[in-house]
Amino acid sequence: MNCGANENQKETEGSFKMIKYTLQRILYMIFVFFVITFMCFVLIRMLPLPALPPDDIHTEAILMRREALGYNKPYLVQFWIFLKNVFTNFDWGVSEKLYIGRPVLEVFMEKLPPTIIVNLYSILWTIPVGIGLGIWAALKKNTWVDYTISTLTMVVISVPSFVYAFLIQYTLCFKLRLFPLILKGGTDWFSPAMFKSMVPPVLALSFGVIAGFCRTTRAELTEVLTSEFMLLARTKGLTKTQATVRHALRNCFVVIVPGIFGEFIGILGGSLIIENIFAIPGVGALTLNAINGQDYNIFVLTTCFYTAIGLAAGLVVDISYGFIDPRIRMGSKK
Amino acid sequence: MEYEKIPAEQFRFVQENENLHDKALQTKSKGFFADAMIRFGKNKSSVIATWILAFLLLYAIVAPILSPYDIHTQDSIYINFPPFIRSVADKGLGFLDGAKTMDSQNDAAMLAWKAIGVETGLDPVLGITGTHETQVKYRGQMITRTTYDIEVNAYYAKDMIYKTFSYAEFEKIQQWQNETGIQVIYPWVDPKDISDISDNPNIWYQVDSKGVAVLDEDGNFIPVYSTNTAKAGAEYNSLRIPGDDGSYIYSYGKSGSVQCRILYYNYYQYLYGREPAYLMGTNALGQDIFCGIGVGARFSILFAILVSAINLTIGAIYGAIEGYYGGWVDMTLERISDILSGVPFVVVTTLFQLHLAQRVGVVGSFLFAFVLTGWIGMAALTRRQFYRFKGQEFILAARTLGASDGRLMFKHIFPNGIGSIITSCALVIPGVISSETSMTYLGIVNLQDFAGTTIGTLLSQGNSAVTTAPHAALYPSIYLGLLMICFNLFGNGLRDAFNPTTRGIDD
Repeated sequence: MNCGANENQKETEGSFKMIKYTLQRILYMIFVFFVITFMCFVLIRMLPLPALPPDDIHTEAILMRREALGYNKPYLVQFWIFLKNVFTNFDWGVSEKLYIGRPVLEVFMEKLPPTIIVNLYSILWTIPVGIGLGIWAALKKNTWVDYTISTLTMVVISVPSFVYAFLIQYTLCFKLRLFPLILKGGTDWFSPAMFKSMVPPVLALSFGVIAGFCRTTRAELTEVLTSEFMLLARTKGLTKTQATVRHALRNCFVVIVPGIFGEFIGILGGSLIIENIFAIPGVGALTLNAINGQDYNIFVLTTCFYTAIGLAAGLVVDISYGFIDPRIRMGSKK
Repeated sequence: MEYEKIPAEQFRFVQENENLHDKALQTKSKGFFADAMIRFGKNKSSVIATWILAFLLLYAIVAPILSPYDIHTQDSIYINFPPFIRSVADKGLGFLDGAKTMDSQNDAAMLAWKAIGVETGLDPVLGITGTHETQVKYRGQMITRTTYDIEVNAYYAKDMIYKTFSYAEFEKIQQWQNETGIQVIYPWVDPKDISDISDNPNIWYQVDSKGVAVLDEDGNFIPVYSTNTAKAGAEYNSLRIPGDDGSYIYSYGKSGSVQCRILYYNYYQYLYGREPAYLMGTNALGQDIFCGIGVGARFSILFAILVSAINLTIGAIYGAIEGYYGGWVDMTLERISDILSGVPFVVVTTLFQLHLAQRVGVVGSFLFAFVLTGWIGMAALTRRQFYRFKGQEFILAARTLGASDGRLMFKHIFPNGIGSIITSCALVIPGVISSETSMTYLGIVNLQDFAGTTIGTLLSQGNSAVTTAPHAALYPSIYLGLLMICFNLFGNGLRDAFNPTTRGIDD
């Protein structure tokens, strides 16, 4: 009885610590995010403003907005106005060049679905396949299966994604004519024709993810398989399968599961290059266009977006480590 | 004699009358470095990768020298043209012949191809790869239409172009023709004689209203070269084509200049003094890809080495300070590196390009972008090493003897951690090459004015013509792919050789 109560108390203390740790990390992340946003914001505002078309109906409105946003005031004031607008009425400004006069957030939201869908398709099948290959390679360590998988993983991880994108586009789309060369136009994201045209970019995105998960799984599982508790599990009478599934895999998922979470957050970001090659009208393409077209309000938004995703992915990975295996507290003081 | 039965008196001590003392070691001692090299040599894949890497580096050095073109030579007509070298093409081996596939050529088109060969002597058709017969209803009757898939030599198929010259230039080409005996200027064909077709300089024969060749009874083309000397732009005293009795005109007068029908393949020789020879074809700018890859690789590799060197230095010093002092110094510095590492690389590169490119140049600002965040990994690594060593007894001993902080850091702690620090260099370089290629591929950084071209630029140019000129992306892809694979294998091999304890982890 007494012992049980003690354990309970320990557990609540543990989860309290966990919550405190999580909160600390989140607060710290928000702090970092604001510092980065401020730096980028100032650097972007320091750039010379692009000239507005003189005969456009929006020009006058944009000039008035600039006045209201304090374009000639100190940068701190500008940042304050910017934050106030963002937090009080989700106003990220209007596009001043590419989509002249349209709210930036609206444009951005339009571009989000294709990016997310393509990446989601990609990771939905690649994570199981990657982990599966990794497990297979680890179980067959030092056989031809392992050598083949490891070599392919090495090759795939080394080669940049636009090289596969080119190979896929040339062989599958052009030579064999299985798929359209670029993404179908329109916004019917879930139609069969759209799905068909999404296959090449999904494939191009997939190789790297498969290889990444395969490598981590293999490395982790080979290490776990040789550890002493596996020997113990076998000596106490478990079959090899039982020991592997119940003990080895569980332990190696301590590393893999946070990776999966990180990957899920990361899909929001997508890939600039793949979107560029397959003409996916996503966030990456929007960012590139904003950079080349000097549409700074869009650029501020995408910068914040990418920063937030990067930080959030890292945070989720760290925290989920802590939740899955309480012995690990990444970034905490010893 | 039996070994068991050697009498005892035949035995004697080897060193019977010698003084016994320690001897110097007979075998050569092996240092850490030599030992690592032996371990490296045993790793077959790394050794092979090193050789390939050496070859790729050699390519980068030699290719731009070997290529007859430099990167600034941009031909305006031979754009995205396939690999071609005349001496190999003439052997008909099936490669380097400028082959380009043309689908669904009907009989009229086949005649037009044939006509090109008849006029210039350079037959563009390399072979017929497929024949399709389709039944079509035509004016109430079923007739069979045959179409062919053919391979043509793109260089010969380009054939004639219209070009306007000044009188001086026209004169110069004639002189060059006289010297070399190569026919550049072909007789003028008046559009009026070929059903008013004015946009196809390849037609020199009688055609019907649809532009299809009309043949005589023997099946030959009927030349319709203009003999109207009143239209001639300038005096022509040079090579004449066979069958010319001196009456053909070779130019068409325009105000202050002459327009000619010229054979581009030969005009190219007039321009560059050589026949086209593109081992890997040309890209979208008409540059030689063979040379372009070398030029791009030179830049990429040098840039990557420079970036890595700077980042390693900064990272090592930063990490050393963090790790050595610990406490609030470490805290503050870690916060700074956290913030810097949170900024997306695309954003850093873009902002540096926009702000600094005017002042320090494109390359300078690109370098700054890499340096701003690139050292963080190195700093983290060094910091870990410092935490590991700084509490140990030999450091305490050195401190007791009065060693300064700087001396402790760089003479005592740093050398202990140097193994893992050095080997990470070899893995930093491919990472830099990869990011650099991505940025130039996306066009965020444009290095064409500085470096001529880069592999990323070549790839993006190639990718925009993936259906018409796959070679333009293929060769840079192969080079980049090999380079990255070999650099990584080489780096892994080095790491395993220098840190035998970490062997096999994440490779």
